Amino acid sequence: MIMSAKVDTSLPLEYQTEQDRMNILGFWVFLGAEIVLFATLFGVYGVLYERFAGGPTHKDIFVIKDVMIQTVLLLTSSFTMGIAIFEMRRHNLKGLITWLVITLALGAGFLFMEINEFIHYAHEGATMQTSAFLSSLFVLLGTHGAHVTLGIGWATMVIIQLLKRGLTPTTARKTFIIGLYWHFLDVVWIFIFTFVYLKGLVA
Amino acid sequence: MEHHQSKSFPISHVIGFVVSLALTFAAAGIALKTNLSFKVIMWIIGSLAVVQAGMQLFMFMHLREGEDGKTNLVNMIYAVFMVIVIVVGSIWVLTSGHAAH
Repeated sequence: MIMSAKVDTSLPLEYQTEQDRMNILGFWVFLGAEIVLFATLFGVYGVLYERFAGGPTHKDIFVIKDVMIQTVLLLTSSFTMGIAIFEMRRHNLKGLITWLVITLALGAGFLFMEINEFIHYAHEGATMQTSAFLSSLFVLLGTHGAHVTLGIGWATMVIIQLLKRGLTPTTARKTFIIGLYWHFLDVVWIFIFTFVYLKGLVA
Repeated sequence: MEHHQSKSFPISHVIGFVVSLALTFAAAGIALKTNLSFKVIMWIIGSLAVVQAGMQLFMFMHLREGEDGKTNLVNMIYAVFMVIVIVVGSIWVLTSGHAAH
C-alpha cells in the first residue's frame, strides 16, 4: 500500500503509481499468453486448411470485398483507439470518450460484417460440421470475434466509469489497458487477413 | 497535472494508420492480382503482415514505453518465438512425410 501511494506526477496518469504500472505490465504478460492461444488456432488451421471433405473450398465461400471492408473497419478502429489514448494524455476527457465511442461503433460494424459472413457461409452449406477446414476456420474466426464482442462490453463499462469518475490514475490505467487489448485484436486480424483470406484466395 | 501536455497532433498515429492501410492493400494486390508463385506470394504478404503488426506494437501500443519497456519487448519476442514453434512446428510435424505414404 505504501508503494502504491507513491505518485510520480511527471509520468502520464496511467503510469503514476506502482500498482498501475504493475497492472499494465501484467496485462502485457496476459497478451503474451493470448498470442500463444491464437498461435495454437493458427497452427490447427495451417494443418487442416485444405481438408475440404468434399465440402466448399476457400474460393467457394470467401468474398474479398467483404473481407476488405472488415479489415478497414478494424484497422480504423485500432487507429481511433490510438487517438483516444492520445487525447487521454492531453487530459481531454471529452475527446477521449468521443474517440472511444467511435472506436466501438467501428468495432460493432466489424462484428455486424462478421456475423453476416457466417450466415452467408451457412447458406452456402459451409458450417462447422462440414469439414476439418471449416471447423478450424470457424474456431479461429469465432475466437477472434468473441474477443471483439468482449472488448466492446468491456470498453463500454470503462466509458461508464470515465463518465462517473472522470480521469484519475485508476480510470486512465483501465482505459490504457482496454486500448492495448483493442490494438491486440487488430494485430491478430492482420494475420487472419493474410494467412486465412489472402492465402485462400491466391490464384 | 498540466505537464507532459504533448503535441496537439498525433502524427505517429496518422503515419502508422496510413502505412498500415498501404500495407493491407499492397498485400491484397500482390495476393490477388499477380502471377507470382504461391510460395513467393506467401513470403511477401507474410513479411508485410509482420511489418504491420510491428507498427501496431510500436506506434499504437507504445510497447517500449515506461520503466517496463524492456520487459515488454522481451515478453513479445518470447511470444513470437512461441508462435513460430507452435505454428511452424505443428504444420511441419503434421504434414511432412505425407507425400511418402
